[in-house]
Amino acid sequence: MLRLEQIVKKYPTGDHALRGVDLEVPEHQVMALIGPSGAGKSTLIRCINRLVEPTSGRIWLKDLEMVSLNARELRRARRRIGMIFQEYALVERLTVMENVLSGRLGYVGFWQSWFRRFPQTDIDHAFMLLDRVGLAEFADKRADALSGGQRQRVGIARALIQQPDLLLVDEPTASLDPKTSRQIMRLITELARERNLAVIINIHDVPLAQMFAQRIVGLRQGTLVYDGTPEGLTADRLTDIYGEENWEGQFKAEEDLSTEEQAQIADARRFDPVV
Amino acid sequence: MSIKAPSTRGWRPPPLISDPRLRWLIIIGVVVYLYFALSSVNINVERLIRGLDRGSRMFAGFLQPDFTTRWRDIQAGLIESLTMTVVSTVIGIIISIPIGFGAARNMAPMPIYLFCRGLITISRTFQEVIIAIVFVVMFGFGPLAGVLTLSFATIGFLAKLLAEDIEEIDAAQVEATRTTGASWLQTVTYGVLPQVSPRLVGLSIYRFDINLRESAIVGVVGAGGIGATLQTAFTRYDFDIASAILIIIIVLVMITELISSYIRRRLQ
Repeated sequence: MLRLEQIVKKYPTGDHALRGVDLEVPEHQVMALIGPSGAGKSTLIRCINRLVEPTSGRIWLKDLEMVSLNARELRRARRRIGMIFQEYALVERLTVMENVLSGRLGYVGFWQSWFRRFPQTDIDHAFMLLDRVGLAEFADKRADALSGGQRQRVGIARALIQQPDLLLVDEPTASLDPKTSRQIMRLITELARERNLAVIINIHDVPLAQMFAQRIVGLRQGTLVYDGTPEGLTADRLTDIYGEENWEGQFKAEEDLSTEEQAQIADARRFDPVV
Repeated sequence: MSIKAPSTRGWRPPPLISDPRLRWLIIIGVVVYLYFALSSVNINVERLIRGLDRGSRMFAGFLQPDFTTRWRDIQAGLIESLTMTVVSTVIGIIISIPIGFGAARNMAPMPIYLFCRGLITISRTFQEVIIAIVFVVMFGFGPLAGVLTLSFATIGFLAKLLAEDIEEIDAAQVEATRTTGASWLQTVTYGVLPQVSPRLVGLSIYRFDINLRESAIVGVVGAGGIGATLQTAFTRYDFDIASAILIIIIVLVMITELISSYIRRRLQ
């Protein structure tokens, strides 16, 4: 589904963000990308849709090689990649509906989008998604009137209305409270499963990653240092990724969960074994 | 046993310029310069008195504004001024928007940026009256020169403030729009425009009332509008008519200012 070959990114400032990353993500797999700040997580997922231009390497989205695309082809390819952002990145002064429909911009002409004349199928799809994320009655509210969790739901709807093959998720819970964080992660993983999407989630919260992802990839200083199951992420592996630290207590979170939640997590994982 | 007298230590604030030689040099220099400057102005008491006399006659005229005698001229001038204001504001806004985008560092590549910044600088360097004189020389007397002047001045004002606003937008919203596969124009209209549009509307309305005021001034140098009527009234010593015109301008400016501040407040 997605294959990265030797992705290197050197910023003009001399910062060596990625040092030859190889990665393969099969269809309908939820993969969490963890690592310390500055490890290159954001750079890596931004290289995939070329918000950041990789210095070298190749990226295959199914049969399409992303790095060699010209501007026009790149726009077409981006339609197949949905993205969910830290701090939501909604257009604050547009309505919820306009934000969701903006996910279809790659499919409609300029004047159509200028006059907000989106095809009826898009509007139906938008209402369906808003229903699904529980915000149907907020369609005409301005995005800046919503709470953090609600905004992120709109962000999810905007990404999904693109009908993408791949979902890139950049720190979706960084500015949310623990409960909302879990709800958002659950929503993303559920919707991804319903729609058979490959998902890469860039996340700081290791217990949350272990809870919702089927596979965990650890990045350190631009190099992959862990690739395996959530269970395999022991204290030693965490030290490999983040450096020396007392990891006691890090694994408590899951033990504290209610049986119901544990069952849900087990359910989420059972769906697809780790490659 | 003797009580020790507290030592008396004087204190003065430290002087602004610590070197006394430099300090006195500057003080003496300023005094000498002022002396020569004042003596070159040629203050003539007799002329001052005559001026006061003329001033009081002018004032007397002002106290009895005459709206009726030249009402047709005043009306024509007013309509011309308002037309100039509307036309030049609209033209100015239409041209300012692309130039504003071009002059925002986060939107345009270097050559376009420099070109647009250059245009803005030229427009802002010259005061309206100077531009008006140039256009009057180029295109003759009348409202055309006035419209061109005000449009040109509007560009310098609006494009600069718009560009600065665009440079401060939230880049994440633009990035999110770009990720959907939107074209450049769509990215601008969905990711950038909503962020700057309230301010763009507010600035446009503000510029409208500046243009109304300026339209009276550029008329004085022959660029049409109520200013031309005012100028005629002054040269004929028709102070009562001039007074009427000034009152109308004041009322008009007050009204537009009220409306514009009301609308801008509503826009948050």
